[in-house]
Amino acid sequence: MAGFWREYRENWVAVIALAVVSLVVAAALAAPLITPQDPYDLANLNLMDARRPPGFVGSGGYAHWLGTDAQGRDLYSAILYGLRISLQMGIAAGAVALAIGAALGILAANAGGKIEPAIMRVVDLQLSFPAILLALVLVAVLGQGRVPLIIALVTAQYAYFARTAYGAATAERQKDYVEAARATPLPGRRVVLRHLLPNCLPPLIVVGTVQVANAIALEATLSFLGLGLPPTEPSLGMLIANGFQYMMSGRTWISVYPGIALIILIVAINVVGDQLRDQFNPRLRR
Amino acid sequence: MLGYIIQRLIQAAFVMLAMSALVFVGVYAIGNPIDVLISPDATQDIREAAIRHYGLDLPLWQQYLAFLGRLLQGDLGRSFVLNIPVLELVLSRLPATLELALAAVLMGAFIGVPLGIYAGYRPESPASKAIMAASVLGFSVPTFWVGLILILTFAVNLDWLPAGDRGPTVEVFGVGWSFLTREGLAFLALPALNLSLFKLAMMVRLSRAGTREVMLSDTVKFARAAGLSEFTILRRHVLRLISIPLVTVFGLEFGSTLAFAVVTETIFSWPGVGKLIIDSITSLDRPVMVGYLVLVAFLFVTINLVVDLSYALLDPRLRRGRRA
Repeated sequence: MAGFWREYRENWVAVIALAVVSLVVAAALAAPLITPQDPYDLANLNLMDARRPPGFVGSGGYAHWLGTDAQGRDLYSAILYGLRISLQMGIAAGAVALAIGAALGILAANAGGKIEPAIMRVVDLQLSFPAILLALVLVAVLGQGRVPLIIALVTAQYAYFARTAYGAATAERQKDYVEAARATPLPGRRVVLRHLLPNCLPPLIVVGTVQVANAIALEATLSFLGLGLPPTEPSLGMLIANGFQYMMSGRTWISVYPGIALIILIVAINVVGDQLRDQFNPRLRR
Repeated sequence: MLGYIIQRLIQAAFVMLAMSALVFVGVYAIGNPIDVLISPDATQDIREAAIRHYGLDLPLWQQYLAFLGRLLQGDLGRSFVLNIPVLELVLSRLPATLELALAAVLMGAFIGVPLGIYAGYRPESPASKAIMAASVLGFSVPTFWVGLILILTFAVNLDWLPAGDRGPTVEVFGVGWSFLTREGLAFLALPALNLSLFKLAMMVRLSRAGTREVMLSDTVKFARAAGLSEFTILRRHVLRLISIPLVTVFGLEFGSTLAFAVVTETIFSWPGVGKLIIDSITSLDRPVMVGYLVLVAFLFVTINLVVDLSYALLDPRLRRGRRA
């Protein structure tokens, strides 16, 4: 672990990215403590404060450093609360997709027979179909809300995990330690869970990191298209969408600041994921 | 070769069948379509008459068979909202999307491949590193955000290009096209660029990886020994060798470009099928949703098929291997 961290530190871009991710997560967690306003409490919103430029001092008596949106929400508060939702959705969807995908992939690798091609055929078919369309249709069919959104994101993403887990598990299965574990009187289930699964984890963690970023981007896209969460609890994507109509008239901050927050988060997660991939990949080891 | 084609055709038919079943279950079986079809304050009699008229009282598998039968005749139903046949509706919107997607894919290929080859040819140069860094951005930044920034920069601030809509089209064979006039091209430029960024990043990465590999091969050593210029080597040998995976991705990406056009079309109010599906989702127009999905699935299966077959044509080993 210490060696892993030493290697990670060599890439200063990745270190900064990790710091940014931690900072954003901490800020999102502490949002109620460090924001002047609860943007989801309608009693706090004053239409007199709507669409004010950054730096405006509103009826609350404090300055809106990033301006306000069309409902009079303080954008700085709305962005931090929006980050909370985006992160929740991304992490929840990523974790469920990881669990389902890993289970399917490892099952396929171990089951053999007819189960293996059946699972992998479905997975491959889904990989060739764009995730965004799948998510779009599911959200349209299931309706709006957190659970339908997570179901849509998981359905759009589990196939990547299944592919990765399948690849890792088939490679690991042929190694001697699995053979040795099988030679002991341990039940097959235990060999898979205690010996095979832990060794399949590194690639899954890499895919998981990138997929959390993808889930956040996908959620933002769906919200932008008006198919995400209800407008009373705007995520980053919806904040951007709400500001879009005011952009032509020069009130750019409503869309631009939430967008910048979104980009910083996604790019930082991707950089961390890239570094993890390089470190876990034995081919790139010196 | 013929056996291979037949085998792939049968596979494609099976995939189509599975997709149609999934789409049917997804859109018709979840929720009660009758609630969308007639107004909620209709009497019980009207309700039952409508259920019988649309065959919704039959068991699900019979409904599916009926749906499949209509599908094979090219009948995708009528739009609830606009009351015109879905096929007609989708086909009238398709040229706009095809034009946009084609422009995007071509842009991705013609800008991305040369940049990628350069980055693979001189991997250590600062320009190559900049290209690679930009490609990471192209991958991770969501399409809709790039679209907003493009509008903000080129339409609002600089006022060089229109911010949305399709603008004037020229009728050729009864279909309107944008790329034939200068003004139409101006309307096409921003959406196409927006849609192409993801492909561009992908083309850069693929052609860089391919070029790096090919540059180390004996082919290049022999070509250099034969006295060919570096440019000729890149164009005649490297480009040709990396073309096979590129064609695959090019084809597969064309399909996902059509899908991602949903986002771009919404931002730029481009009147294509992507905007149609968003509108149909918000107005719960189920036949249009089903029709669009079946057509997209069909397109995907066709593209996969064409890519596989052209793969066989491009790679003689595959062709001979099948025959043997």
